[in-house]
Amino acid sequence: MATFPANLRYTAEHEWVDDSVPTTIGITDTATEALGDIVYLELPSVGTEVEAGAVIGEVESTKSVSELFSPVSGTVVEVNQAAIDDPSVVNADPYGEGWLMKVQVSAEGELLDAAAYEALAAG
Amino acid sequence: MTAQTPLLAEHEALGATLTDFAGWQMPLRYTSDIAEHTAVREAAGLFDLSHMGEIAVIGPGAARALDHALVGNLTALAVGRARYSMLCQEDGAVIDDVVVYRLAPERFVVVANASNAAVVLAELAQRAQGFDAHVVDMSADTALVAVQGPRSLEIVSAVAPGQHRVLDELPYYASATVRVLGHDMLVSRTGYTGEDGFELYVPNPLAARLWRALLEAGTPLGLVPAGLAARDSLRLEAGMPLYGHELDRTTTPFEAGLGRVVRFDKTDDDGAPLDFVGRAALEARKGAQPARVLVGLQGLGRRAARAGYPVVNGTHEGAVVVGSVTSGAPSPTLGHPIALAYVTPEVSAVGTELGVDVRGRAEPVRVVPFPFYRRPQG
Repeated sequence: MATFPANLRYTAEHEWVDDSVPTTIGITDTATEALGDIVYLELPSVGTEVEAGAVIGEVESTKSVSELFSPVSGTVVEVNQAAIDDPSVVNADPYGEGWLMKVQVSAEGELLDAAAYEALAAG
Repeated sequence: MTAQTPLLAEHEALGATLTDFAGWQMPLRYTSDIAEHTAVREAAGLFDLSHMGEIAVIGPGAARALDHALVGNLTALAVGRARYSMLCQEDGAVIDDVVVYRLAPERFVVVANASNAAVVLAELAQRAQGFDAHVVDMSADTALVAVQGPRSLEIVSAVAPGQHRVLDELPYYASATVRVLGHDMLVSRTGYTGEDGFELYVPNPLAARLWRALLEAGTPLGLVPAGLAARDSLRLEAGMPLYGHELDRTTTPFEAGLGRVVRFDKTDDDGAPLDFVGRAALEARKGAQPARVLVGLQGLGRRAARAGYPVVNGTHEGAVVVGSVTSGAPSPTLGHPIALAYVTPEVSAVGTELGVDVRGRAEPVRVVPFPFYRRPQG
């Protein structure tokens, strides 16, 4: 069953961000359940300037592929190399070990709280 | 309109993710696509294929009716054997690819893809006119359960007491009436995964009992229920065409590399060449180089080509389109992307380096033979 941790905020494209500085970004378990087994992650490199709402990478599963949209604007300061090396961790623990990257935020995009995202994911 | 398999409650109880497939609510996966795929390669998988269409053709003229309706030679099909064949249009393009079983001299069953079951039924009924045969749709009453993988024989034998020898001796693409759970069922040694396996045609009311019995017997041997996602990646590794991807109403069997199923040598009772729907168009193309040919592609990068992506003649700036991907995925067994694609003949030789436009960026691929995967012979 999909979970919607209350301490996170979400995008309509199924990314999550936490409230740390720099902020950690991942994809939700609603996304991983829809994708199936993730086999390849393409993430921006450290130092990349990203813009909220822009496509910044890809998440590919055996069955399909999905674009990754940046929830925020800012500078990528870290990417999860362990997840790039073994993307199955994103399926296993999308809100923990399966985080994707950390961004020093200059501006936020449109973010939803857990209840609003849950309503959207259920729709 | 969504059709429901008689096993829907089983899938729901197993926590399956369901998907709409050809108007049917079918299991896409139960847990993990890769785990289900791997289980079929290493042990066994249990599939619900109840969405497939089963159409009986019965009567003294049944074989002749099918000789006329299909491109294959069904008069020559022995009782107890099955054959892969195609239903073509007058212009030679493929309406559906089917498996035909001969259960008795005057009794055949044609198994059609779910998406085409209605049109195959209508075409067969029309094409059988004038022959002493009638066409009966059994789809609504028939469930189909497949057990695929190296442990299949043990698992099916476990639910068919005393039938191990019959099952063991059943050749590939043969069928028999086998006593399963106390009922006679049509069981065939066929499949769509590249592994050894069986398909069991079961009346709807028995389907859930059979499903549970196979799961119970097979789980200790490594059997898992497997969904359509695994079925698709398994058939792609095995280089098997999927209607709507490699085959459609713009494609002839020759382009798909399946010209061997077209039997121009079939004759009527007097030894004269037998006419069949599509014969003239197909004969005109026989031996000619098709404008495009189906090839296997191995991805040299990590991003997989997917159905519909353009094939280009390299990864350089200004590369031109030379074809189109029909199916593609990261291969769970091989660990690299694989794809089937139609390309122009000039770039179809094994070893040719090409590119695939994967969402705006060309990924390098190489033409390779398919099947991509062949099971170890033991």
